[in-house]
Amino acid sequence: MEKFTHLTAPAAPLNLANVDTDKIIPARFLKTIKRSGLGKSLFADMRYNADGSENSAFVLNQPKYRQAQILVAGDNFGCGSSREHAPWALLDFGIRCVIAPSFADIFHGNCFKNGILPIVLPADVCEQLMDDAAQGANARLTIDLEKQVVVRPDGEEIHFEVDAFRKHCLLNGLDDIGLTLEHAAAIDAYEAKTPSWKPAINGV
Amino acid sequence: MSRTLFDKIWDAHVVDRLEDGTCVLYIDRHLVHEVTSPQAFEGLRLAGRKVRRVDETIAVVDHNIPTDADRLNGINEPESKLQIETLEANVAAFGVPYFPVSDARQGIVHVIGPEQGISLPGFTIVCGDSHTSTHGALGALAFGIGTSEVEHVLATQTLLQKPAKNMLVRVDGVLPPGCTGKDIVLAIIGKIGTAGGTGHVIEFGGEAIRALDMAGRLTVCNMSIEAGARAGLIAPDETTFEYIKGRPYAPKGEDFEKAVAYWKTLPSDAGAHYDKIVVLDAAGIVPQVTWGTSPEAVIPITGTVPDPAGEPDEARRAQMQQMLRYMDLQAGQKIAGTKVDVVFIGSCTNSRIEDMRAAAAVAKGRHVAPGVRVLVVPGSGLVKAQAEAEGLAKIFTDAGFEWREAGCSMCLGMNPDKLTPGQRCASTSNRNFEGRQGPGGRTHLLSPAMAAAAAVTGVLTDVRELV
Repeated sequence: MEKFTHLTAPAAPLNLANVDTDKIIPARFLKTIKRSGLGKSLFADMRYNADGSENSAFVLNQPKYRQAQILVAGDNFGCGSSREHAPWALLDFGIRCVIAPSFADIFHGNCFKNGILPIVLPADVCEQLMDDAAQGANARLTIDLEKQVVVRPDGEEIHFEVDAFRKHCLLNGLDDIGLTLEHAAAIDAYEAKTPSWKPAINGV
Repeated sequence: MSRTLFDKIWDAHVVDRLEDGTCVLYIDRHLVHEVTSPQAFEGLRLAGRKVRRVDETIAVVDHNIPTDADRLNGINEPESKLQIETLEANVAAFGVPYFPVSDARQGIVHVIGPEQGISLPGFTIVCGDSHTSTHGALGALAFGIGTSEVEHVLATQTLLQKPAKNMLVRVDGVLPPGCTGKDIVLAIIGKIGTAGGTGHVIEFGGEAIRALDMAGRLTVCNMSIEAGARAGLIAPDETTFEYIKGRPYAPKGEDFEKAVAYWKTLPSDAGAHYDKIVVLDAAGIVPQVTWGTSPEAVIPITGTVPDPAGEPDEARRAQMQQMLRYMDLQAGQKIAGTKVDVVFIGSCTNSRIEDMRAAAAVAKGRHVAPGVRVLVVPGSGLVKAQAEAEGLAKIFTDAGFEWREAGCSMCLGMNPDKLTPGQRCASTSNRNFEGRQGPGGRTHLLSPAMAAAAAVTGVLTDVRELV
């Protein structure tokens, strides 16, 4: 996983609540056995017209947001399906940080597994950042994960909360499986205490 | 200290605790399907890792698989074919138990887990699918995970998690005739909203929940994710034990007795703390139907489509206007009488034998309305066989409904069963998001009996008028 430490980039405003993972990437694009290459399908139903051409009104199709690495969105972002293709598609497009008043739980967890930082900030603060983002490519936001601040174009610093363990993993690009395997002896000990009635799935 | 059902299951599965409170949580059952697993197996392969507990893992194909009888002769769509072949290669290489499409036990992952006795009370159960919450109906802690976590569970049989908060949704009273578990859960989502359960595990309790059969409970827990909850669960009781007894992978004989003795210790203690409590009166529920593109946009079938003008919040008002445009509905119109093009009876929400019986009871002796296509898709090969043995399949085919093979089908637009742009569907599935059943498709969520009522009348109909 790529580390996340510091990011200065254009932010794209997506002022919609309840952006579900079907919207982030519709199910018909999940028929892949790879993690890569999903960026072109990101927000497909909003981003492309029925004939496959780009919908010029959609925010990420506007020249000033094509290089956006930060997304500022509405409440309950990432609700619905657990598909990790949603953060994969965001990442493949180039998005490394999503800022919203709230996130759905599974999507929120999936972001951290992929080097994307989801930042929760109060709705009125998100509105300010949405206004900053609306100014386009010249109004860049800076994210400093170590200090836990978003820096607005005018230099104002906004503090955000992040889970300490997840922050540590992001800052160091740590793979969860490697961390968990440090507890292998505890897992062995737990399994040794399995109740006798617990069936195994054998003989399918 | 008094503990909730969730607290007890959680505590029983903590392998280790990190300094900041993150737990290494043991997973008893890992259900695997073709869509969210290929990248996880690939990760294992690249790291030279094995599947730690193949005897706690089960794989099946459901999302991509066509539901026509011809599917045994091969799958036409190359990407779906590749995804299914990849799963088959992975389960063979890693030694994971698997129900292939040729096996009568194949079906929707959230139908076959309970059906086979693989999902049991007190277990932690995960799957790379948000509707894993379904299995909570057995008194298990069951939740959906992403593919990175699928790989994590395959490699370690654990997850790194922090405990969720406890929420109680208590449904008091007696559910009126014509209403089902589906109507209960839609009414709950209508009340608390799609983010109402975020950060929480919902325990469903109360007289109306206790009175539900296991199929109804599975439906309720299935849609807890639509209320934003991490998981939904229901305390195990005699209904649960009776359901489990004799299932192929359930404990047998003396082991079953030991298991039941343990399961009886699981229900929440008197005085256990809940961070949030919501109470509903079942007697006030009437059959529900969604009008918008979020499951919280739900009204009684006797109701009218809400007017965005009455919504004070600007963002919500804009969302309601967009929903009306997308759904091609007018504010203030009666929802009953809205013409449908397609009816879908199936999905992990409503494809069990009880759902088939409920739909068949309405379809019996009636015929599909002109111009309407009806798909009835059993949740597993075993549900299909049972429905055929009970004569339900004949009722459906006599009524002009299509009787199909088991799979996710028209729930999610990943296989050939899709809506075409503009088509309106009465659907027993769980999500009415824009494009969910196919680009441009319009979804109204409702119960199997309500779906059958729409099928035979051609319009959204109060099923109570037909029974």
